[in-house]
Amino acid sequence: MSSKIFSINGPVIKARKATEFSMMEMVYVGKNKIIGEVISINENETTIQVYESTTGLKPGEPIYSTGTPLFATLGPGIISNIFDGIERPLKEMEKSSGAFIGIGSDIPSLNENKTYDVTVTVKVGDTINPGEIYATCPETSMITHKCMLSPLLKTSVVKEIKPNGQYKVNDTIVIIEDENGNVHELSLCQKWPIRVARPVKNRLSISRPLITGQRIIDTMFPIAKGGTAAVPGGFGTGKTMTQHALAKWSDADIIIYVGCGERGNEMTQVLEEFSELIDPRTGKALTDRTTLIANTSNMPVAAREASIYTGITLAEYYRDMGYHVAIMADSTSRWAEALREISGRLEEMPAEEGFPAYLPSRLSQFYERAGYMETLSGQEGSVTIIGAVSPQGSDFSEPVTQNTKRFVRCFWALDKALAYSRHYPAINWITSYSEYDEDLKKFYDNEVGEDFLNIKQKISALLAEESKLMEIVKLIGADVLPDDQKLVIEISKVIRVGFLQQNAFHKDDAYVTLEKQKQMMKIIIYFYENASKLISHSIPFSVLVESGIFTKLSRIKYDIPNDDLDKFNTYYDEIDLFIKKQLNN
Amino acid sequence: MALHHIGLKEINGSLIVLDDVENAGFDELVEIHLKNNTKRQGRIVQIDGKRVVIQVFEGTNDLSMENTSTHFTGKPLEIPLSTELLGRIFNGAGKPIDGLGEIFAEKYADINGAAINPVSRNYPRNYIRTGISSIDALTTLIRGQKLPIFSDSGLPHNKLAVQIVKQAKIADKEEDNNFCIVFAAMGVKNDIADYFKTKFEESGVLERVSMFINLSNDPIIERILTPRCALTAAEYLAYEKNMHVLVILTDMTSYAEAIREFSSSKGEIPGRKGYPGYLYSDLAQLYERAGVLKNSKGSVTQIPILTMPNGDITNPVPDLTGYITEGQIVLSKELYQQGVYPPVSILPSLSRLMKDGIGEKYTRSDHQAVASQLFACYAKVQDARSLASVIGEEELSATDKSYIEFGKNFESNFLTQSDDEDRTIEQTLDLGWDLLCLLPKEELDRIDSELLDKVYDPSRSQRFKSTI
Repeated sequence: MSSKIFSINGPVIKARKATEFSMMEMVYVGKNKIIGEVISINENETTIQVYESTTGLKPGEPIYSTGTPLFATLGPGIISNIFDGIERPLKEMEKSSGAFIGIGSDIPSLNENKTYDVTVTVKVGDTINPGEIYATCPETSMITHKCMLSPLLKTSVVKEIKPNGQYKVNDTIVIIEDENGNVHELSLCQKWPIRVARPVKNRLSISRPLITGQRIIDTMFPIAKGGTAAVPGGFGTGKTMTQHALAKWSDADIIIYVGCGERGNEMTQVLEEFSELIDPRTGKALTDRTTLIANTSNMPVAAREASIYTGITLAEYYRDMGYHVAIMADSTSRWAEALREISGRLEEMPAEEGFPAYLPSRLSQFYERAGYMETLSGQEGSVTIIGAVSPQGSDFSEPVTQNTKRFVRCFWALDKALAYSRHYPAINWITSYSEYDEDLKKFYDNEVGEDFLNIKQKISALLAEESKLMEIVKLIGADVLPDDQKLVIEISKVIRVGFLQQNAFHKDDAYVTLEKQKQMMKIIIYFYENASKLISHSIPFSVLVESGIFTKLSRIKYDIPNDDLDKFNTYYDEIDLFIKKQLNN
Repeated sequence: MALHHIGLKEINGSLIVLDDVENAGFDELVEIHLKNNTKRQGRIVQIDGKRVVIQVFEGTNDLSMENTSTHFTGKPLEIPLSTELLGRIFNGAGKPIDGLGEIFAEKYADINGAAINPVSRNYPRNYIRTGISSIDALTTLIRGQKLPIFSDSGLPHNKLAVQIVKQAKIADKEEDNNFCIVFAAMGVKNDIADYFKTKFEESGVLERVSMFINLSNDPIIERILTPRCALTAAEYLAYEKNMHVLVILTDMTSYAEAIREFSSSKGEIPGRKGYPGYLYSDLAQLYERAGVLKNSKGSVTQIPILTMPNGDITNPVPDLTGYITEGQIVLSKELYQQGVYPPVSILPSLSRLMKDGIGEKYTRSDHQAVASQLFACYAKVQDARSLASVIGEEELSATDKSYIEFGKNFESNFLTQSDDEDRTIEQTLDLGWDLLCLLPKEELDRIDSELLDKVYDPSRSQRFKSTI
């Protein structure tokens, strides 16, 4: 006999004497069978949070047990799809309930009628370990899907296989028997509880950057594959724009974009834009490597809390196949607020700013699911987490920002003043940091050239000096500074405008190769060092300004296309000519 | 046979508690009949077994434990909808108050609405011309956008809202007569409501306006329903009647305060500044009802107006609003004191959807370049001004002096316009170019070299120089 609803308070439902449920079990609530999850049990009462609107729900309606925790269905059909926070396919829901999301839609996550061209990779009699691959099929133009033995099962022997050919997601293709004699039928998909990290063989040390094509990130504050980064910023500072740029241009194999409690129009934008954009590395549509999870701000709050876990579970699943996956969570603050909202409904004792005391542990559990791993099947794969943070009142001292800072190693602080002057990406170069510099040194030395980090150091030093000089300029104006300091200010302006600032809508500037980034820095430093020489020869600063070279350097980003780096030579020639002329005078 | 429950168990603020109720649904509408033959409405907000907590919209004055009989309707609060909504005035709970009788309903709809499936949305692209330079050029309003006005007491946000309503035009001409306005006033003063009514009448748009009015002395619980009723009407007009609907919601701060009052009477744990933890979700449920659907020609565009308590943009109401809406238009007291109308403080103002709704196909190909250059230059004006306040204007470098001059002229010629001046987008953008030509060419670093060479001409700015 199933239990009955006793009380209803927003998304929190209580049942009396419902002892048959277990913690974190998924349940169906009411006549419409809306999905819920058990979040606390005592001898009198069981508390359930539900993932849909409770309007119209009545006490006395039944609650059905499912016996499993809230899970994600993992199999081909995830990529290019768009799901809500509990992995329901939004496109299918549109077909069944129209433009507005109805209540109690019970639609399978993956399209069960689509067939895939499956190649079985095991033979009868083979021993198969958890995480090992037993079949592959092309999922999109870019991604080959690999079906792996679920880590929930034990090492088994293959008893029967189906011939290669066209199969649907739920068709049995391999039958195995484990050491206890239990027989399992394997299809193309498996289920995994979203709140549990998928197991790996080993955590490997971090060694490769996630190349994003964004200059301020790749050179100044790089993020590693398998690393974690936070993008905090008040509203209007460009968190979402930064996340979009990374989703578009970073060199991950797969992107999972989680729109957690954000705007509906933004998700529509990603949908429309990504289907038109072409991946610069493979020449295929970006949607062929992207999965969207959209739980917009007006969708139920409990599903918002789950969306982050759904996203990371999908990411781990593809990592286990040996892919490099990047997950963008926009925004983790909405997720933290969902925790707070539910905690408030449960009348838990609040800690800082009303957030529950377990906020830091939840955040760390999430970020620790990132990493560069050796998978169970012995391949290398990674999950990189980039989480946006929306600090309330734009105040970085609030709990979500502060706690996130403890668990991430890359911090891209977005700055209101930069955003106001429309300097995008508005990442502040003084307050941001990346702890991956050391880990990635070897990569940069070997792949981009040993001078790369050296030049970068000079650029950072100039910017730091400029920021000090600007304090003085604010008080007395730039005119009274000596010429060498004027030069620092002017060259820093070139760095800020010509290098750090990047135009996401310009065809040559939206994505920039590491090589061009290096060349750009190099020529700026080359000019700076030669100009310093001139100044030490008492050539007035105004002569340098009149040469127009500063302006030209600022425009390199537009004037030299990514595929024509030889053009840099004409700039060097011009600088050399100018310097020579001045020295001869 | 409908069941009536006689008497109450408890009365607490706007909440009443009933016991021994069976078969009541969450969020259900209830009717409370008083002995004197009046009727009030309420909504179930909590159920504990047979104990039911009801929020009474019109307040609990005159209610006693004995003089009521409560009837459960079995459905959530619904309002009648038809095209007759236009030209009518309703109270906060959707009842007509203009003495013209009930609406002949084509259908009824639940005022809570439902979330729009992101897949069913069309990304908003076409712009609405307001004829106001600061908005059209720098924070362009896009059809289907939600763009709030952040204001403060004493600033002319109402005047600006009226001007937008009067001048707003859809870019494609043939759809012009499909344009209508839904106006929701929450907790506004009597004379403000009158001001809007008179202004709409004067400009002859009244028959295209549907007004939902909850005055500051009306029950606060009704205030929670007001925007929901208005948006339900707007969604109906837009998605079923294919109209372009502009929704004005004023004042969102009063709305949030009503939510806070309701939450504290329910005994909920308060979050920041006493507002409940779910304020973000609650506001999102209103703001996210703006948009354009794939299967309909209409659109819902929202301009919520909110007064920032003490002018503080970090207060929870503007803060959370800014995180949900697609940009904001911030009004500045300082500019207003200098006699600038509309006093739009452009640096913190932003329209997120602007970049895709402007340019060659919609406004003009150079729009983006002009806008981003004006922003960048005006930001530098602030630096130059703060420097001038320390060392004096005389000591500034020539470049900084040209910025000061640009700033002055930008405020008095570009931002300033009279409340009946309707500028075309060409006029606005040309004016922007004229002003930029006050500055040395090498300072214009946001504009393509090619475009700059073509348009830059210092003589364009001559008329500003002569006035100094």
